[in-house]
Amino acid sequence: MNAKMTALLGWVDARFPLTSNWKAHLSEYYAPKNFNFWYFFGSLSLLVLVLQIVTGIFLTMHYKPDASLNVSGVPVAFASVEYIMRDVPWGWLIRYMHSTGASAFFLVVYLHMFRGLLYGSYRKPRELIWLFGMFIFLALMAEAFFGYLLPWGQMSYWGAQVIVNLFSAIPLIGPDLSLWLRGDFVVGDATLNRFFAFHVVAVPMVLLGLVAAHILALHEVGSNNPDGVEIKKKKDAKGIPLDGIPFHPYYTVKDIVAVVVFLMVFTVIMFFMPEFGGYFLEYNNFFPANPLVTPPHIAPVWYFTPYYSMLRAVTVNFFWIDAKFWGVVAMGGGVVILLFLPWLDRSPVKSIRYKGPIFKTALAIFVVSFFILGYLGMLVPTPARTLVAQVCTVLYFGFFLLMPIYSQLDKCQPEPDRVTG
Amino acid sequence: MACDDKVDCGRRRLIMATATVGGAVGIVAAVPFVASMMPSERAKAAGAPVEVDFGKLAAGEMMTVEWRGKPVWIINRSKEMLDSLKKTDDQVSDPNSDKQMQPEYCKNETRSIKPEYMVVIGICTHLGCSPTEKFKTGADSGIDPNWPGGFLCPCHGSTFDLAGRVYRGKPAPDNLEVPAHKYLGDTKIVIGIGQDGKEA
Amino acid sequence: MKKLLLLVLFTPLLVFASGAELRLDKAPNKAVDQAALQHGAKLFVNYCQSCHSASYMRYNRLRDIGLNEAQIRDNLIFSSDKVGDLMKIAMQPAEAKTWFGVAPPDLTIIARARSSEAGSGADWLYTYLRGFYRDDARPSGWNNLVFENVGMPHVLWELQGQQVMGEGHKLRLDKPGKLKPAEYDALVADLVGYLQYVAEPVAETRKKLGIFVLLGLAVLLVFAYALKREYWKDVH
Repeated sequence: MNAKMTALLGWVDARFPLTSNWKAHLSEYYAPKNFNFWYFFGSLSLLVLVLQIVTGIFLTMHYKPDASLNVSGVPVAFASVEYIMRDVPWGWLIRYMHSTGASAFFLVVYLHMFRGLLYGSYRKPRELIWLFGMFIFLALMAEAFFGYLLPWGQMSYWGAQVIVNLFSAIPLIGPDLSLWLRGDFVVGDATLNRFFAFHVVAVPMVLLGLVAAHILALHEVGSNNPDGVEIKKKKDAKGIPLDGIPFHPYYTVKDIVAVVVFLMVFTVIMFFMPEFGGYFLEYNNFFPANPLVTPPHIAPVWYFTPYYSMLRAVTVNFFWIDAKFWGVVAMGGGVVILLFLPWLDRSPVKSIRYKGPIFKTALAIFVVSFFILGYLGMLVPTPARTLVAQVCTVLYFGFFLLMPIYSQLDKCQPEPDRVTG
Repeated sequence: MACDDKVDCGRRRLIMATATVGGAVGIVAAVPFVASMMPSERAKAAGAPVEVDFGKLAAGEMMTVEWRGKPVWIINRSKEMLDSLKKTDDQVSDPNSDKQMQPEYCKNETRSIKPEYMVVIGICTHLGCSPTEKFKTGADSGIDPNWPGGFLCPCHGSTFDLAGRVYRGKPAPDNLEVPAHKYLGDTKIVIGIGQDGKEA
Repeated sequence: MKKLLLLVLFTPLLVFASGAELRLDKAPNKAVDQAALQHGAKLFVNYCQSCHSASYMRYNRLRDIGLNEAQIRDNLIFSSDKVGDLMKIAMQPAEAKTWFGVAPPDLTIIARARSSEAGSGADWLYTYLRGFYRDDARPSGWNNLVFENVGMPHVLWELQGQQVMGEGHKLRLDKPGKLKPAEYDALVADLVGYLQYVAEPVAETRKKLGIFVLLGLAVLLVFAYALKREYWKDVH
């Protein structure tokens, strides 16, 4: 039996790089042995991606992207979601998996990105991994934005209306661009159908391609670690890094534990509190979209609120162009600035463990500002809140823009030769 | 493949055990997805039994109702029509309805509960077209001078008698299907519920 | 490092602003009281379903709350609808808009939609149905505490009686109805319990399932962790 399996494998290997890829990316991919808690979130991101795709496929079997009204006066798309919740066997579970998964995706990705900030995972020679990652983040935000329109509730409709209208703030081409995006004068059936195409086909394919590129780029240079030490600098006689262990079986087995713990948390949310206080499934979205009634309070889903805050924080017109447009610039800038991180960080060391007090303070301020911006983005703006948002936006940008200066001024400790665990 | 020598037995046992528990969790997780593809409540409701009252159906006449998306014919068979069944006995391929194309209680000469009323699904057993009614007998039918009355499928020429039995040598392999049905009154039936009261 | 993280996590709490504009009464929990839910179903089809559809809900789903198909057909279906049909209404949305100014909304998931920081959707509905008062400025003659200038008249006025707006923005029972206030409250509780059930019929089942799934994963965790320890004892 074993001989037959070996022969079969040989037949495949002569025609397809199966064993060579298995070795290169798993059994002989040497990762640093000191990965900690922060290193789980990459594989967890991959898990959630797979989960969203699988649940998404099954939802697409029953969902209908149609904004027209059925005999009861309810939009068909909205009714099809309730059809899934009630009439499709186990449809409710698949729906909750997908809605919880969407929020879980952002939580996991934000923590994954934060790991990068902590340990300098974006530093040379890993700049391209970081860039691919940032494009994944952008694609993920697009995917979430397109997907959120599909249930066709009040928040879906008005959130899309607001964001697409933002594009009309772009000088010269704005209004035409918005018309082109929507396919109509207001968000409607045309918009719903094309957002469905983007959400189900186009963006997932882009995401999968980018994730493959992200992992390939990583495996090309090897993983960073909490000490920021390059393990490839110290190899043994066979060329294996002294502080390296094969990804399989060590990290496959460790990640399985993380996956089970994650699934337990996921289960608790899915089965006991799928709405999560209105943060994962917004209450107002249980009203079908009504183009004639604007909700008193439109807020994006929690994972967009930090950037939404930045958008609203800009209230001054500059250079004859509306504050609205500069708000878009600020919001976009908030994401785009992350792209430049590898070149902004001039510190002699990679990891926070060896950086000085300036960086630690700057990072703390950044995180607090991010949380405050996020919280404010959920609330109705008031003059006081807008002022706080403006301060936090400046602090957020400051973390990046001042980094070339403070990263060189900081009193760092020397990086060790070998990993410390 | 001996243990202890090159293979760590304890580790192998643990791997097997974890894989088994993991596999069980995986199968349990897969069940909702597979089950979600079964007919939904909406599909089941649309396929619900249909009640038909044919009190106004005259002798020799046919009416069509829809059940589960299929046409169901109810024919009030005249005496001539019933008599023609004996003539077609030797021209049809399954005169005694041996193949289970009808419920147990319709396995008889007339393939029905009451002889006068034929209840049959109007879909040809060849490739699914709906046959045309050809109740006119003889040369008037346009089929042949001895035509006793029945159905002709326009797609590939299969013919059926007035009990839905398929003629020999035709593309269609089986008699027309008789659906489960039950009388609720003299001229009222429910299609989709059998005589035992169970839903089809 | 850890102290920094803790500080970072707790600082945002200082920015907390509270203040709910709406004060809602707490709806009694009838989620597992089948008798109450059945009573609520009866109230819904008798009082609400002439104007409000529950068009995502099938009649035969009510088997969940202990009714069989014959009971559903005999007591809850007044039209030619079959027991597998959706709880729709005959009134066309366009007609309804002409008659009432706005089409009466579908109520299937109203108990989820009306949730807010002020309370659950059930709380909102419980307060709403007990919060009507006479207001001659309104076309219907009625207004409501939680839903200002609502188009809906007080359908249950004969049972509750007539409330009027008193001092301190509080309602006062002006003319008593067929039921005493406590009896009316109990009736509304049953109706609201039914609406809460209809909003998510699978709610009680999913909670029970969740326990089993969690236990299964806990077993898997034990094995997965043992396997991890077994492999990692080689490292370092």
